[in-house]
Order: sequence, then structure tokens, then C-alpha cells
Amino acid sequence: MSWLTPMVMEVLIAMSQALVILLGALLLGAVMTVVERRLLGLWQDRYGPNRVGPFGSLQLVADMIKILFKEDWIPPFADRALFVLAPVIGMASLLLAFMIIPLTPNWGVADWHIGLLFFFAMAGINVYAVLLGGWSSGNKYALLGAMRATAQTLSYEVFMGLSLMGVVALAGSFNMRDIVAAQQGLWFIVPQFFGFCTFLIAGVAVTHRHPFDQPEAEQELADGYHIEYAGMKFGMFFIGEYIGMVLVSALIVTLFFGGWLGPWLPPFVWFALKTAALLVLFVLLRASLPRPRYDRMMSFGWRVCLPLTLINLLVTGAAILLLAPAGT
Amino acid sequence: MSQTTSTTAASREGVADGPIVIALKQRLGEQGVREQATLTGMPVVWISRDALCEALTFLRDMPEPFEVLFDLSAIDERLRTQREGMPESDFTIFYHLLSVSRNRDVMLKVALREGDLELPSVISLYPNADWYEREVWDMFGIVFRGHPHLYRLLMPPTWQGYPLRKDYPARATEFDPYTLTVEGQDREQRALQFDPEAWGMRRESDDTEFMFLNLGPNHPSAHGAFRIVLQLDGEVIVDCVPDIGYHHRGAEKMGERQSWHSYIPYTDRVDYTGGVVNNLPYVLAVEKLADIEVPDRVNTIRVMLTELFRINSHLLFLGTYLQDLGAMSPVFYTFTDRQKAYEVIEAITGFRMHPSWFRIGGVAQDLPQGWDRLMQGFLDWMPKRLREYERAMMDNAIVRDRTRHIAAYTTQEALAWGVTGPNLRATGLDLDLRKWRPYSGYEQFDFEVPVAANGDAFDRGWIRIEEMRQSLRIIQQCVDHMPAGDYKADHPLTTPPPRERMLEHIETLITHFLQVSWGPVLEANESLSMIEATKGINGYYLTSDGSTMSYRTRIRTPSFPHLQQIPMVIRGSLVSDLIAHLGSIDFVMADVDR
Repeated sequence: MSWLTPMVMEVLIAMSQALVILLGALLLGAVMTVVERRLLGLWQDRYGPNRVGPFGSLQLVADMIKILFKEDWIPPFADRALFVLAPVIGMASLLLAFMIIPLTPNWGVADWHIGLLFFFAMAGINVYAVLLGGWSSGNKYALLGAMRATAQTLSYEVFMGLSLMGVVALAGSFNMRDIVAAQQGLWFIVPQFFGFCTFLIAGVAVTHRHPFDQPEAEQELADGYHIEYAGMKFGMFFIGEYIGMVLVSALIVTLFFGGWLGPWLPPFVWFALKTAALLVLFVLLRASLPRPRYDRMMSFGWRVCLPLTLINLLVTGAAILLLAPAGT
Repeated sequence: MSQTTSTTAASREGVADGPIVIALKQRLGEQGVREQATLTGMPVVWISRDALCEALTFLRDMPEPFEVLFDLSAIDERLRTQREGMPESDFTIFYHLLSVSRNRDVMLKVALREGDLELPSVISLYPNADWYEREVWDMFGIVFRGHPHLYRLLMPPTWQGYPLRKDYPARATEFDPYTLTVEGQDREQRALQFDPEAWGMRRESDDTEFMFLNLGPNHPSAHGAFRIVLQLDGEVIVDCVPDIGYHHRGAEKMGERQSWHSYIPYTDRVDYTGGVVNNLPYVLAVEKLADIEVPDRVNTIRVMLTELFRINSHLLFLGTYLQDLGAMSPVFYTFTDRQKAYEVIEAITGFRMHPSWFRIGGVAQDLPQGWDRLMQGFLDWMPKRLREYERAMMDNAIVRDRTRHIAAYTTQEALAWGVTGPNLRATGLDLDLRKWRPYSGYEQFDFEVPVAANGDAFDRGWIRIEEMRQSLRIIQQCVDHMPAGDYKADHPLTTPPPRERMLEHIETLITHFLQVSWGPVLEANESLSMIEATKGINGYYLTSDGSTMSYRTRIRTPSFPHLQQIPMVIRGSLVSDLIAHLGSIDFVMADVDR
């Protein structure tokens, strides 16, 4: 057993951790599809899926069986290569972004100095999924959806980055663990309240969740960019959306709610509880809000959110300079 | 009661050489105008084809004008036997005009001979004549000279024959079995492809290439099988062409082969969210032909159920309207309320969506015991729900942003396009037939007609919440003051006759037997009845040739002109605005296509 040096052990542990987190994120995304339907049912005076298994708990299994065995149809008028590539990008980019999220002080995949920047990069790549999927489908509704996605991304990526710069400035690092550690005394939601508001909005926009579901806008574009997708390819877009939801929730928890920090309970439980609360918020948004018109959405991004993040950044910077001990 | 007498007197005055007929005679000469006595409650005047445009221009531009082309259709007269006092005619086109300032109607008829089925189009006078003329061409093969797009409207573009002609069979069994080959399918699909040039549209402007987006007939927000082809510049709608007919079931043709009595269930299915509301104009028109006056109890029951279905329909509207604006929850709440309404409806009529519960001369049954308690429960439940909808949704900033000043039109535009009902009242005109021409005893109820001012998508939504409140008021008065008495009129033509009296002696037994087997025989005449239905003014224009069946049943529905008006309202807006507008119109395709 000479090869089992401490270093190999470390690698093995890191690999298994990564695998567990990957599968966990996937599974949570899938479970959310059912949880959302049950929650919507609860708020809409109806049951939601409650027939398969106790309290509908096995609905997920039934859905997976159905979606896996569905005919995987590629329309003859579609651009084949891009059509297949799009959902892969959609799901992979969001899953990869999970790497940077520390679940507990010891659990996490990657502990990078550029942590947060990696998320921005992945969020930037993610939009290509929608763009390519919508364009390659050869469908006018899909094209309109892709067009909307592009416009929306342009408006929201800009201030998404800026909205987090306050957090970075306060923590003095892009590293996620440093950011959590910096929240020991006070969660960043207090000093960075406006940063939180704008990042929440941008986060919803990244996941294309209601009311930022302009690219698919069922009532208008009849599902928009993924209108031609079926079977598991649609499933990847679909689960990808929920993984995005989990990702953004976990990120918000890490950046603004002190990550795993909390008294009495083990760190992971705190992290999970906070993330779950944000996931419920995502569903609640969908249940309660109408959809704004998409040009209004753009102007809201440019006229309200962008100035707000800039002011927030200025004020944060000024406060740090004022409060900084003299001589540093 | 005094009001009823005055309305009836007024309508009779119109028939007997009213001021409009005199004015028309002065204009066109004594020979050019021929009056026909009918039970329609309005002057019916025959004029020659050459005088048509002159007469319509005169009526449209006179002081207190007839600004609304309420209806336009045709009758195939070739098999009609009893035509005393009418000019020779194989096909008759009729123009039903309405004057808002006079609160009067007039009907112009033009006789055509079989070899010469052609007359001038009147689109330049009344823009909404467009679809009506296309429908007449589609159904009767009558050509309107000068019509820019005289294509099939309700039937598929490949259709052979003119369905409403008397020599066209009404039953599928009279046709060869239907087969669809692959080539046939291809042909049909090619025929449905949109050709911009045929509609005078350009494929590109100087700097943009337009996208032609086919929205429907299967689209989540099309409210049924409705297709609208959009000419898009980005997401801006440059122009659009609504295409209807996917829900056409030939309700008018069926009227010509069902007995007067057995046609009632077909009326339910015309505006399928309105239930018994559809029965009302039909039975009222039949009762005019049969000269039946119904007891007060019947009137009150009819009013009560009509208002209940109005609430039911408006609730469906509200849920789907908000759904189209992207709010997914309200529709579930309004359906909870609708279920409460259905519990009352079920208890009273024994049915939910299509009770077909009104009868010629009455209603099907008396009210069940304890109906008032049930109804009171619903009346107590609703107000707080309506307040909630208003607070949660109509006060919501996003809803307001999506609907305020969106798809707005003025009262003049609305009248020019034949818009009626809540959509017209949202522009500021309080035209509500329940107040303007009370029927079924509406004059005895205390209620208001809600009116908005901007005529935009928001007002069309808001006004329906107010209307539900008023309907609740009316129902409350019905519950409090339901008159005692019979639920059927004591009249030989009441159908079916009261069963209790069937076994009294041989006369009543024979009457009962004849009426449920053949159906009642109504004297030859014409009658017309208009009511304020859930979506606007619904009218049935019945022609009897003295038989057990209608000779011609013309159904004028409110949704038809509402859809026709879409391009005028929506040009220059975004796709999202079109969806908001479609949601705010409140149409069902069965009410459009019939």
C-alpha cells in the first residue's frame, strides 16, 4: 500500500467530494422540479402532483422515465450540430459553476482565488445555450426567444458583476471562503443591501426564471428558445434551469447570508436551510408576479439597476476608505 | 312596468312608417323604398341594389346618424313559400344598422336574382363590413364589387360550394365518405400558407426584411383555434391578418334543420362560456314569433341565471387575462369561484357548462327547494374575492404597466367597428341593452352600468370586475324578491307544455305529443332579439316560413367584430401588447365562428 500516500488520499477525497457535490446538485435540480410544482399547488389552492408514491414523492422517477424514453427528435430544418450542443452548454456551464461554492469549511470542489470571476464566466457562457438553441432550431418563435435572451443578457450581465463588487471590496477577495469568513460578525446583506437586491434580480435573470423568462414567455412565444426540443435534450434545458436556480441561491447564501455560518446547528445544515429558503423565494416569485414587457425589462436594467449598483459601489468604496485604519 | 310599455310602443312606432322610413322615402323616392312588416321591432326596408350605397351614406351621415353596422348577412329565399308583400328575390342581403343617439335600429334589404349575384361593397362606409361581406361570399357565393380581399373566411380556402345555400346539404350523411390522401393533405396545407402579396403586404422595406410570424391556430394565448399572421419588424407588429374559421361548426345551418325547440342546446355552444345567456336571445326571438308573454317568475329566473353566468364568464376572463399577462396564479383562484357558481348552477339546472335550460315560454323546471340559501352563499362569498383581485392584480404595478394605454381605441372607432359590450363601455359609452332596451324585466332592477374612459386593455379588465359587482346586486334582488307563479307560460306554443296538464284530457295530450315529436309550428314572420350577453350584444334574427323549423337563423355574435378590429388597434405595438390585447378582448372562438 505504498502508493496510498497522504497526497493520493487528498486527491481521492477531493475527487469523491467533487463527485458527491456534482450528483447532489443534479439531484437537487431534479427534485426542485417536483418541489416547485407542489409548492405552486399549495399556493394556488390545488394539489399538484400527489399520485405517484407517498405525497407524490416518486413523481420525479416517473418524469425521468418518461423524458428518457421519449423520442429524441431533431427537426430536419435545424442546424444539427449546434442544436445538440446547446443543451449541453446550458447544463454544463451551470454545473461547472458549482465548483466554486463552499458548502462547509471543509467541503467544496475548488478553492480558487478567482472564485467569483469563474461564476461570471460560466454565466456568460450559459447564455450561448439559449442563443444557439434558439437560433439553430430554425423556428421563428425560438429565434425571437434567442433574441430576447441576448438583449436581456446584455442588460443584466453588466450590473450583475458590478453588484458583487461591493462584497468583494468588503471581503478584500474573490475567494469564496474568504468572503464567508469575512461575514463572521455581520452578514453582508446588511452593509450590501442594494448589492443584494440587484444581484437577486440579475440572478433571476441569469436563470431565466419568471418574471425574467422573456426568452421562453409561454403566453407570448409559446416556450421560445426550446420550442423545438423534446426528450432528454429538452430535459437538459429544463433541469439546467433548476440547477441554475440552486446555483444562484447557493451563491446568494454564500455572498450575502454568511454561507455556512450560524449558531448551534452544523455548518452544512445552515447552508442547506438558507439555500432552501431562497429556492422557495424563487418559486414564490413565479407564483405571484405578472410578466413585465421585455423592453421595460431592459430599461429597468439600464436605468434603475445599473445606476444603483454604481452608487452602491461608490458608497462602499468611500466607506471602506473612511473606516480604514490610518496608514494602510 | 311603465317603461316596458313605452319601449314596446316605441319599437312599434318604428315599424309603422317611422321617421326613418319617411326620411328614406324622401331621399330615394316613394318607389325606391318598400316596407316589410315584421316582428323585428325595427323598420325593415327593401331598397334596390343601385340605391344601396346612397341609402347607407344617407343614414350614416344624417343628424343623429346610424353609425353602427350591427349585422350584415344574407338569406337564400329560393325555397321560401310565404313571401307576401316582399319584392321578388332569390337571395336577400340585409344590413342591420344601429343608431346610438336615437337608440333605434333600421334594416335595409336588397333583393338579388340568381343569375346576377353581385352588389357593391360598403367597406368604405362601414369598415367592419369587410368580414361580414367575406362571410356572405363564403356562405352564399354572392360577390361584393370592390371588396379588396374577397376570400373564404370561415371555410377552408379550398372549399367547394356555398354551405348556407338551400341546395347545399346540411348533414354529413348526404355526402360521400370523406377521405384525406397524402396529396390532399399537402394541398390543404399549402393553401393555408400565408401569402403576404395577396394581402398587399411587402416582404421587406428599404432597410429591413420583415418576419411573418404565424401565431396560432395552436398557441397558448390564442384562446382557442384562432390564427393571426403578424408582419414583424423585430418585435414590432407592422401589420397583421387575423384568420378565423377553425372553430366553425355551422350553427346557423343547423338552425335550418332542427325544430324550434331542439335548437336550444346548439345556442349554448355558441358562446360556450356564457351557458344559458345564449339561450335567452333565441327564446326571446321565438317567443316574439309565437306571441308568448312569459310570467314574471320566468323573467326573474332567467335574469338571475343570466347574471350568474355573466359572473362565471367574467371570472374566466379575469383569470385568463391575468394569465396572458404572465401571472400564473389568479386563474386558479377564479376557477375556485367559478366552482362555487357551478354548484348553484348545478343545483338549479342539473348541468354545468351547457345547461340549455331556457325553454320556449319558460324554463325547464321550477327552482329547487333551498336554491335561495345556495345562491346567498355565493353572493356572500364573492365580494371579498373581487376586492382581493383588485388589490392583488389590478393595483399591481406590472399589470398596470402592461395594460395602461395599450391597445386603446376611442368610442368612435369602437362604433365604426361594431364593438359592443364591456369593450365598448371601457371607451366611455354606457351602451348596455339591459338599460337602453330593457328585456325580461331588467327595468325593474336597481343596478348601474360601469363605464371607463380610456378604452385600453386595463379598462377592459377593470370594467368586468365592476360588472361582476353589479351582477351580484341584480342576483341579490332576484333572491330577495323572487315572484311566485308558474315557471312556464300558459300558452299553446309553450314547449314542452307543462307535463302536469298533459294527462288532463285528450286535447292537452295531443298538443304535448305534437310538440315534443314535431315541435311547435310558428307562423311565417321574421323576428329579431338582441340581448346584452357576456361579451357584447348577441342577436338572433329568425325567419319562420310557417313550419316546425327555422327558415334562416342568423346569429350575430359580439366576438366576431371584436376580432376583426384587432389589426386597426394593434399596428405598431409589440408582440407582448398583442397578447395583452387578445387577453383583454374576452372572446371565445365558438362565438366568432359559430
